[in-house]
Amino acid sequence: MAYSFPEEVLEYVFAFLSSDKDRNAVSLVCKSWYEIERWCRRRVFIGNCYAVSPQIVIRRFPEVRAVKIKGKPHFADFNLVPERWGAYVYPWISAMARSYPWLEEIKLKRMVVTDESLELISKSFKNFKVLMLSSCEGFTTDGLSSIAANCRNLRELDLRESDVEDLSGHWLSHFPDNFTSLVSLNMSCLGSEVSFSALERLVSRCPNLKTLRLNRAVPVEKLASLLRRAPQLVEFGTGAYSTEIRTDIFSNLVGAFSGCKHLKSLSGFWDVVPAYLPAMYCVCSRITSLNLSYATVQSPDLVELISQCPNLKCLWVLDYIEDAGLKALSSYCKDLQELRVFPSDPYSAEPNVSLTEQGLVTVSAGCPKLQSVLYFCRQMSNAALVAIARNRPNLIRFRLCIIEPQAPDYLTLEPLDTGFGAIVEHCKELRRLSLSGLLTDRVFEYIGTHAKKLEMLSIAFAGDSDLGLHYVLSGCESLRKLEIRDCPFGDKALLANAAKLETMRSLWMSSCSVSYGACKLLGQKMPNLNVEVIDERGPPDSRPKTCPVEKLYVYRTVAGPRADKPDFVWTMDEDGALRLS
Amino acid sequence: MEVGVMKMVNKEKLNLKETELRLGLPGNDEEIMGKNLTLNSNGKRGYTETVGLKLNFSGMDQTDDQKEKNLHKEKTPAKAQVVGWPPVRSFRKNIMAVQKNESEETTDKAGMGGAAYVKVSMDGAPYLRKVDLKKYTTYQELFDALGKMFSSFTIGMMDFMNESKLIDLLNDSDYVPTYEDKDGDWMLVGDVPWKMFVESCKRLRIMKGTEAIGLAPRAMEKCKNQS
Repeated sequence: MAYSFPEEVLEYVFAFLSSDKDRNAVSLVCKSWYEIERWCRRRVFIGNCYAVSPQIVIRRFPEVRAVKIKGKPHFADFNLVPERWGAYVYPWISAMARSYPWLEEIKLKRMVVTDESLELISKSFKNFKVLMLSSCEGFTTDGLSSIAANCRNLRELDLRESDVEDLSGHWLSHFPDNFTSLVSLNMSCLGSEVSFSALERLVSRCPNLKTLRLNRAVPVEKLASLLRRAPQLVEFGTGAYSTEIRTDIFSNLVGAFSGCKHLKSLSGFWDVVPAYLPAMYCVCSRITSLNLSYATVQSPDLVELISQCPNLKCLWVLDYIEDAGLKALSSYCKDLQELRVFPSDPYSAEPNVSLTEQGLVTVSAGCPKLQSVLYFCRQMSNAALVAIARNRPNLIRFRLCIIEPQAPDYLTLEPLDTGFGAIVEHCKELRRLSLSGLLTDRVFEYIGTHAKKLEMLSIAFAGDSDLGLHYVLSGCESLRKLEIRDCPFGDKALLANAAKLETMRSLWMSSCSVSYGACKLLGQKMPNLNVEVIDERGPPDSRPKTCPVEKLYVYRTVAGPRADKPDFVWTMDEDGALRLS
Repeated sequence: MEVGVMKMVNKEKLNLKETELRLGLPGNDEEIMGKNLTLNSNGKRGYTETVGLKLNFSGMDQTDDQKEKNLHKEKTPAKAQVVGWPPVRSFRKNIMAVQKNESEETTDKAGMGGAAYVKVSMDGAPYLRKVDLKKYTTYQELFDALGKMFSSFTIGMMDFMNESKLIDLLNDSDYVPTYEDKDGDWMLVGDVPWKMFVESCKRLRIMKGTEAIGLAPRAMEKCKNQS
């Protein structure tokens, strides 16, 4: 006799499971649990839009309310993925429009979204609430007009870092006068000026508005008016923070900020005139997140501001902060968890600011909660990396970009193997790592040996031989995403670790030494992988098998080869794979 | 005596080259790509060159096609930057470029203030130095300063403008001061008025005389004009 809870009870219990991992685990217990779970899963995350098809998702999970889909590989951010590569969202929207009429949330990252898709979204889902388009492209402000006009219950419209064809600012005026449900609006990536009066009225009539990230076109003298209409704001992004300093604008701004008792996050600050920064001082004590990565402000002004933010958890800033500013940060902001330092002049031969490895060492010493780092600099040493590793074994994300490829330890001229080795050895919870500088196969030996929780690894201009890649693929048990460019890794390591690739989401290799023949072999050996060769020189068949491919993208999939490939992408052993689908 | 020392240093330099380590930082991507690779300014290989070499070592048998491909890579003269490096998103790049132009305009209007530090490398020297060009008002002052900096290697520097010394220069391993200008071209120091030089000089290289053969005729002409 089988003991089991009634379905309703199980369903009730499963409702408490929010993580996909837990739900996936529950699905594997037995057939009835699989069935119950699939009918009550409301949120689906698809890390690679080509790993599965809309039909498969809809068939398994018929009652989904929220989807999150990711498209292009991460290196697309740096123009390594050619135009027209893919990641079109339309097939997903079209399928979901038919099968998920109650869909509420769509979050997309690195996907191509057309105005047609946006219009379909706006007309298909009556209770649509959340649209987040992160680093997407392919749509214009006309598509936004559809969303504004038709989504009566919209709560969030977040266009972060998307590339939008900005025809005009008129889209904002399409929100109907009786539309009051807005909670979050992020239009910071747009160029055109929106009708300010429309914006003011929108802000006034949406009492639940918590996040407002303006675009650059909104001038500083207009900010006070918006802030006064939305004193409940928690996250605020200014527009251009510049204009000749005028006392009336300044004092107006001070007054407006002082009314915002709930502000925790600030961003924007394009073209900032330092004299306007003090207008924010009254909110600084509550600020936990500060994005100054567009603010070309010198270190002393930055320090003035930061010194007033003792609760700062997250800081994004330009390297204008310099080592001196980072020292101040480390003494004032003991709660700091995330630091990103971007280069103000990444292409100049000479350092334009006094920011070195020392700044990062100081922050690692002074900020005990620091767990996430993105740091661009021009010099690094093993000693510094070892110090950082010893200071901060709780690091989870460590992304270091030494601007000059293959730059050695500037003190000893040795490779930085030891330094990064220390990072992976001490930081046992490290999930994400980006390497740079002069690196031999040895660093990969260290990574394979120690980085057991590492999920994502980015490598550029590093290593000596296939051994390097082999260490990583055979040693990193938790590896999900591996992206490599300009490294001397070839066929041997790839073929020897073919099975590993099925345990990962994806592998990207560009300007390496993987031959066409090896790609074909991999495609044949591994039917559950799509082995895609990206080569703009023409069909790989027209070159010898030993010729290295330009780019290789390998990912596990249950959907078979892509049907929407452009003319420069070839799926290896497509015929073989077709037999299975 | 000094020649002997230099010979020793050259040997060490050879060894360093073999381990692919080169002291000092090269110019940026643009400058390396734009260079004719036969006149490799400071000995450090550019990215395609290095990667090209590493590809050769990867253990794959090289077919003719591949050799041709590698050759083609080396021939590519384009002043292209390495695509996607450093890994900065395009919306960050553009903003910085705009703001930089805006601030550069204001700096130019305000007049050239501040220092003009440029790196100075000397072939065979174990490390680079930096000089502030604004500290000097003539070429001679600059040469004096450089002479002091690289005091063990100053043969020929002081007498550079002297024609007879130039002839010696071509025959033995004397040194020639050259500089890289804003366009990325390597020029002989001394051709243009001092102020123009300070504005256009990005870095200095004290080149071995034997490598400066291509540049020497200009200098000869100039000396002829002067005397």
